[in-house]
Amino acid sequence: MTAVALAAQRPVHRRQAIPDYNEEIVRRFTVATVVWALFGFSAGVVVAAQLAFPNLNVGEFFTFGRLRPVHTSGVILAFGGNALMATSLYVVQRTCQVGLWGGARLANFLFWGYQAFLVIAFAGYVMGVTQSREYAEPEWYADIWLTIVWVTYLAIFVGTIARRREPHIYVANWFFLAFIITVAVLHIVNNLAMPVSIAGSKSYSQFSGVQDALIQWWYGHNMVGFFLTAGFIGIMYYFVPKQAERPIYSYRLSIVHFWALIFLYIWAGPHHLHYTSLPDWAQTLGMAFSIMLWMPSWGGMINGIMTLSGAWGKLRTDPILRFLVVAVAFYGMATFEGPMMALKSVNSLSHYTDWTVGHVHSGALGWVAFMTFGALYYMVPRLWKRPLWSVRLVEWHFWIASIAIVLYITAMWVAGIAQGLMWRAYDTFGFLQYTFADSVAMLHPYYVIRLVGGMLYLAGGALMAFNFYMTVRQPAGARARSVQPVAAE
Amino acid sequence: MAVPEHDPLTGYKTTGHEWDGITELTTPIPSWWVTVFLASCFVAVLYMWLFPSFATTGGYYRGSLGWSSRGDLVDDVAAGRAAQATWRSALVATPIEAIEANEDLRRFATTGGRAAFGQNCAPCHGVGAGGQIGQFPALVDDDWLWGGTIADIYQTIRFGIRSGHEEARDSAMPAFGELISAQEIDAVARFVLALSDPTTLASRQQMPGAPIYATNCAACHGAAGEGGRDFGAPRLNDAIWLYGGTLEDVRKQIVVPRMGMMPAFTTRLDDETIRMLSVYVHTLGGGER
Repeated sequence: MTAVALAAQRPVHRRQAIPDYNEEIVRRFTVATVVWALFGFSAGVVVAAQLAFPNLNVGEFFTFGRLRPVHTSGVILAFGGNALMATSLYVVQRTCQVGLWGGARLANFLFWGYQAFLVIAFAGYVMGVTQSREYAEPEWYADIWLTIVWVTYLAIFVGTIARRREPHIYVANWFFLAFIITVAVLHIVNNLAMPVSIAGSKSYSQFSGVQDALIQWWYGHNMVGFFLTAGFIGIMYYFVPKQAERPIYSYRLSIVHFWALIFLYIWAGPHHLHYTSLPDWAQTLGMAFSIMLWMPSWGGMINGIMTLSGAWGKLRTDPILRFLVVAVAFYGMATFEGPMMALKSVNSLSHYTDWTVGHVHSGALGWVAFMTFGALYYMVPRLWKRPLWSVRLVEWHFWIASIAIVLYITAMWVAGIAQGLMWRAYDTFGFLQYTFADSVAMLHPYYVIRLVGGMLYLAGGALMAFNFYMTVRQPAGARARSVQPVAAE
Repeated sequence: MAVPEHDPLTGYKTTGHEWDGITELTTPIPSWWVTVFLASCFVAVLYMWLFPSFATTGGYYRGSLGWSSRGDLVDDVAAGRAAQATWRSALVATPIEAIEANEDLRRFATTGGRAAFGQNCAPCHGVGAGGQIGQFPALVDDDWLWGGTIADIYQTIRFGIRSGHEEARDSAMPAFGELISAQEIDAVARFVLALSDPTTLASRQQMPGAPIYATNCAACHGAAGEGGRDFGAPRLNDAIWLYGGTLEDVRKQIVVPRMGMMPAFTTRLDDETIRMLSVYVHTLGGGER
């Protein structure tokens, strides 16, 4: 840790590591992040293959309907969730200069409790136990357990901030805190349900009809906004300046875009329900807030990318910094595409098509996962106090994953826009030009390209896991054998 | 607490805060960011002024344009109907048998029929009406269960087959597994297969299944297996097998018969659309005069 503290080039007034940092818990969450990454990406490859080749839907448990939530939860809650916990607990200790509140036992409860939630949830999915609420599929018993675990997370995080030895709270922690609090609220409200019996898995939602749909998409949209955006902006605010060794571009911008993002995001959910039975006024309201959300989102992108001012040259040589910065670039792209797709006229073309799937994945593969990869490559050498085994392998990972994203997103753009255009095409008599089945048949080649992209992305993840395995296996005190030392400052 | 210092690379000072070696610059917010943010807020407010955008105590604000998605849909459907009005009224006014003789009307009907077929019929009969082997009949050939004139087809689409509609085409083949012995079923199944095998033409009446067929099957399926359209009894002396043509398939069908079911589309589609579908199916290749 001393090495980490010394990494800053400016004179630093407090260089000593605080002895009670809990690094063991960060190591555990880091390992879990890598394992769940391979799990979630693999599930994605399987469901992508099932869409391209429907004969791969085998039996009861191995069908698309059962495995799709395994992929989405596997990537968002398992991979993303563990990445957020690993990084937030790493960052909050260092930026508060204090160990975790609650001690090792509470932190271990958080770790095992969260992994238990994930296993309970996935076991339910394949057995057909689901609330059928997107990204909130786990049934009531898993939800109650997650609530307990999540409140523990909040307590640890807030307790640590409260005991900080710094006069101010660092911007990364604002975002982490906003993420943890909002996800708690979203989770509890969206999962208000009455179990049929205490011994059964089935429950019925507190809400019904269009109110139920609106609550679900208030949840769904803000899981994207707070889990996958605010939380990962928190990661950005620590690891980008660290890896670039540059100060944050603008303190003022960080304040303004934080509050603008927090205030505006929470209103935009209805844009997921355009052209449904949701009242027109609620649809317009959701769209209006989505438009206003564009610049607050880009504020984070500006602050991330412009932090490299004066250090652009590092992008040529440092693949870890490249992961972080390309992640921010994808964030900027996805947060422009999002408000655009929220416009009703654009949405009438994009809704229910694979364009939406492509949009989600430019955020998930490009922003969330690249940010995580960058943070993991930064943390692993420091957590295990060994130099990264191979920087060249990081280069390979970067380029394989980048090509994978390009294949995935372009295939989904073309497929989605073609779907939308086919569904609305009329002939000269005013009849539909294409049947739904025509539009499904059209998708096949794009689904195959998407599958190839997914496999490449998984291969990149496997390279990273291998690199970490070899890194950790090195004897303590090993010297960097690569061209560019990463941890051996 | 660190003191503000000058950053030579950007020319700005740091704030003087420092966390784990990270500092922050006092760079002002880019003016283009502020401008675009304010502009997007203006556009958002403009949208909210033009369109229904918020709830009020007594209902909701309707927007200065008076637009509603329901109204939009009603207008669109009315415009679509108006554009097709001439054709649609001609379609209903013309006797079903006479539609195809009118070149323009036929073209309109087959175009609309193709679209309606893709949405309503393709799930069972397949895109292109090729049917599904062992499941649903093909409509592109001249093998008809209930008749292949346009009037027959019109009737079938309107009321369905075993649909529960009181005018539906209906019949039931007995489950012979409970009526005759397994030995007899095997014999009659072999005879049924022989009906479509020209090499057995001379010898098939000597087969042990022949008298069983004559007693139990011929009434509906015909003495020579030519089928009976009054009962929807399939032809047995051709090579087309709805539920499979192996000995095992035929035996199964005799023991516990599967019988196709088709919904009555008169409860789902308007008469014009059903007429279009009738013309479309009739002109697919196997239509009878």
